[in-house]
Amino acid sequence: MKFRRLIFANLFRKKVRLILTIGSFAIALVLFTFLAVIKSAFNRGVEIAGADRLIVVDRVGLMNLMPISYADKIAAIPGVKAVAHDHWFGGVYQDEKNFFPQFVIDVENHRKVYPEFIVPDDHWNNFVKDRQGAIAGAKLAERFHWKVGDRIPIKTTLYGGAVWEFNLDGIYHTEKPDGDQGQFWLQWKYFDENVPSVIKSTAGWYILKLNNPDDAVRVAKAIDEKFANSSHETKTQTESAFAAYFAKQFGNIEFLILTIGSVVFFTLLLVTGNTMAISVRERTGELAVLKAIGVTDRSVLFLVLAESVAIALFGGMLGLLLAWGAIPVISGALTGMLPPLLLSKTMLALGLIFAFLVGAASGLLPGIGAMRMRVVNALRRV
Amino acid sequence: MVRVDGSGNSQSLICVRGLNKTYSRGGEKIQVLQGLNLDVDKGDFVAFMGPSGSGKTTLLNLLGGLDVPSAGSITVDGDEITHMSGSKLTQWRARHVGFIFQMYNLIPVLTAYQNVELPLLLTKLSGSDRRKHVETALAVVGLGDRMHHYPRQLSGGQEQRVTIARAIVSDPTFLLCDEPTGDLDRKSADEIMALIEELVGKYGKTVLMVTHDPVVAARAHTTLHLEKGVLVEGKASRQSVLAGGAA
Ligand SMILES: Nc1ncnc2c1ncn2[C@@H]1O[C@H](COP(=O)(O)OP(=O)(O)OP(=O)(O)O)[C@@H](O)[C@H]1O
Ligand SMILES: [Mg+2]
Repeated sequence: MKFRRLIFANLFRKKVRLILTIGSFAIALVLFTFLAVIKSAFNRGVEIAGADRLIVVDRVGLMNLMPISYADKIAAIPGVKAVAHDHWFGGVYQDEKNFFPQFVIDVENHRKVYPEFIVPDDHWNNFVKDRQGAIAGAKLAERFHWKVGDRIPIKTTLYGGAVWEFNLDGIYHTEKPDGDQGQFWLQWKYFDENVPSVIKSTAGWYILKLNNPDDAVRVAKAIDEKFANSSHETKTQTESAFAAYFAKQFGNIEFLILTIGSVVFFTLLLVTGNTMAISVRERTGELAVLKAIGVTDRSVLFLVLAESVAIALFGGMLGLLLAWGAIPVISGALTGMLPPLLLSKTMLALGLIFAFLVGAASGLLPGIGAMRMRVVNALRRV
Repeated sequence: MVRVDGSGNSQSLICVRGLNKTYSRGGEKIQVLQGLNLDVDKGDFVAFMGPSGSGKTTLLNLLGGLDVPSAGSITVDGDEITHMSGSKLTQWRARHVGFIFQMYNLIPVLTAYQNVELPLLLTKLSGSDRRKHVETALAVVGLGDRMHHYPRQLSGGQEQRVTIARAIVSDPTFLLCDEPTGDLDRKSADEIMALIEELVGKYGKTVLMVTHDPVVAARAHTTLHLEKGVLVEGKASRQSVLAGGAA
């Protein structure tokens, strides 16, 4: 590219302006990646959901409990490999800020439906034997510096307000490093003994594993038909549909992110488009001389586009670098309030593509103007 | 030989016949050139004079392929440029014309060397060939020691010399200068004119120049006046003015 020296020299013509434009790109890209990681954090449940798992909830709502006797009836339906019941414990550890999800699990069946959670056998065996036992995800244990053997007091908010004490018997990991390692599990039997009588012998929801994912629709229908016209009708969904439904409880995140993202996009487009238009106008005479000595119209367009794209990519990379450094810190500060924020390679690539597109779009109109400009008129306008 | 009566043979380097240029401003038409003829041979040095608005710049732009005439033809070295398409014309300019304008000639963010190199970037010359040409051109204009200066580090006269170096570096068929000394003081103007004379005398360049300054024009071989859309030779013009005054 023979004109690279000219492009490069043009970039540094107005240093303050260059810094400001690069800065706008960097900030916009930080925002862009931040929105992208939040969106993906909320969607992660949907993405990692097992295709061969169904969730059964009470048709009235997630907070309505179902009889524990449903477990055997569901297990009897052809195509169902295993069923486990689950409860939301919803307690507080030391302070409300320390939120993490606590599940009341069905010890006999939990591992059958959730093979991706890996618990060492000795940990698991101790847990099974210990009524007051608990298992924590590796990230959760790390967050509160828990070790196996610690006693963990948790105050219930839903079941009478007492403080329950647990023995940490084990730590679980996940197959994939970005799996959910922030849960806390306690035993249903201990739970059932200590809750008020209305809660006894209930399940918050059921999770079932299918022999074959292709059966999902048929099995879901069979379950809901089975409990139709009973005192607790059910609603059976795939796990990913359930996760999407669950994420919606936080408000319409997608819409919010899309709105903010579009505002950022158009602001950036206007700011850089305006900057490029000004810098092209300032150079009208020079561009005319270039054309006079034989630089083609298309090369002039290219010169302008190359400049705006270079600024965009440079600012974009700077922003991505900042985001890459900042997101783990922010994610750490927000632990518990949001799912972990992870910046993936795809997002970095998308960010660069985004920067490239804004750069090209903002250079396009001024570039076409420069391309169409006639030398004689440009030299006369002095 | 320079002729303005359309009688030149087809051997002349630049051959202009019946050139018309009309601008329309609003609904009104302005006839700037009206059937202009011109023949210029290789090695000629012509100055165009005339009052402001008489069409000198218009003529130069047409000769340089920067604008297209309303009617008439311009043939340079056998090529009729008035029939060329936009991109053909751009290529033709790069090969055949060296431009020296009054101002806005140099790219301020490039050094003298890089400015002079620009026309060569459009050729297939290798990097080392380009360097040889650029160094030679800058030596010809006497700026061999200022190659790596930026325009703002040069005087007006030096800037104009860099422009001349850029105009000659690709060895074009002819040079077009629109008031090359318009922004300069007498001394710098004299130096520039000495340089242009040298280009004509020593290197055999063909130069067509617009100027307002009779002292500058006097250094050309021939001075032509633009009057009422056509060119007239210097003496003839003066005679016609005298004749008009006597009548
Ligand atoms: N693009 C245009 N549209 C309308 N009129 C134009 C245009 N370009 C030039 N003219 C008119 O054509 C006439 C000739 O202009 P030109 O610039 O060729 O004159 P000039 O002899 O170079 O003048 P000067 O000595 O002031 O440079 C002027 O009346 C000018 O206003
Ligand atoms: Mg003029």
